[in-house]
Amino acid sequence: MDISAILVPGLLAVTSVVALGRRVNVYDVLTQGAAEGLGVLVRILPNLVGLLTAVYMLRASGAMDFLARLLAPVLALLGIPPETAPLLFIRPVSGGGALAVGSELIRTHGPDSYIGRVAAVMLGSTETTFYTIAVYFGSAGIHRTRHTVPAALIADLVGFAASAFAVRLLFGG
Amino acid sequence: MAMAWIWCGMVTLSLLFGVLNGTLDAVSAAALEGAQAGVELCVSMAGILCLWTGVMAVMDRCGLTDALARLFRPLLRRLMPQAAGDRETLAALSANISANLLGLGSAATPLGVQAARRMARQARDGTATDELCLLVVLNTASIQLLPTTIAGVRGACGAASPFDIVPAVWLASVLSVTAGVTAARLFARLGRR
Repeated sequence: MDISAILVPGLLAVTSVVALGRRVNVYDVLTQGAAEGLGVLVRILPNLVGLLTAVYMLRASGAMDFLARLLAPVLALLGIPPETAPLLFIRPVSGGGALAVGSELIRTHGPDSYIGRVAAVMLGSTETTFYTIAVYFGSAGIHRTRHTVPAALIADLVGFAASAFAVRLLFGG
Repeated sequence: MAMAWIWCGMVTLSLLFGVLNGTLDAVSAAALEGAQAGVELCVSMAGILCLWTGVMAVMDRCGLTDALARLFRPLLRRLMPQAAGDRETLAALSANISANLLGLGSAATPLGVQAARRMARQARDGTATDELCLLVVLNTASIQLLPTTIAGVRGACGAASPFDIVPAVWLASVLSVTAGVTAARLFARLGRR
């Protein structure tokens, strides 16, 4: 049996039993949380419309293939599939853009394909680096960020290479 | 403003490559398709996303966030001894990390910012301290136990089991966070010389 098959029903059952044991009104909290999820969707929908339009245009024009071919030799060294090149660029800058590029990769190559899985793991294991840096330092009144940007970008790059590595390791290339 | 430049760049590049490659017809059709796909994706991932946001809210209410925060305190004392010396900063820091782990982004950011503001009191002339750099690096490297949005996208695209990438996400996250922390500590040591 597939281990991940037990994850979904297991988590649902265990959390609701534990919650009920602690006298938490599981159902109310669950539906309130689901309503918050709706808020997330409302926030990302306009972004996805704008950015998927641009991403589809880039793909159709041939610009994405050009970028992938340009970077293929460098990415091959790190074990990163060249198809994901556009994702690497937009991930640190825009969360909505990354979701648009990533979901387009997952859709075209298939969610259970090597590239589709690598794109998903990349999205899940990295953050919108520059946005986060701006929010934290902006609100703390810091304008000399010293080594934050290089260290954060190293983490991103390792995250990208590690995503491809982890998918190869756990699913086979 | 950054997004304005990115969008403008993407659209202009598409036009340019469309003219150069003679793919303008496809580009024009793709623009309409893309907008449609944005709405379709959102609608088809709505179920998974809302359900798991709900489950995460239940876990949070059960005290999982507090339990995780307690778990991370010893590690934070080692990574940021100066900030951890202040009780309220340590509380905000550990709550920030556990909210990040549960994917409660809207709760994690205010907590992290609160910690950052307290830590910035030690900063001179708006220059980040080593520990402040480390806090921001930790927050730019995502550590999420259940990547619900991505599972939603995969489910919407017809994945056999949308969550089967979870172990791979954990492995990649751990490697990425370790690299970020190591780099930040190394740069801090080099800067002191």
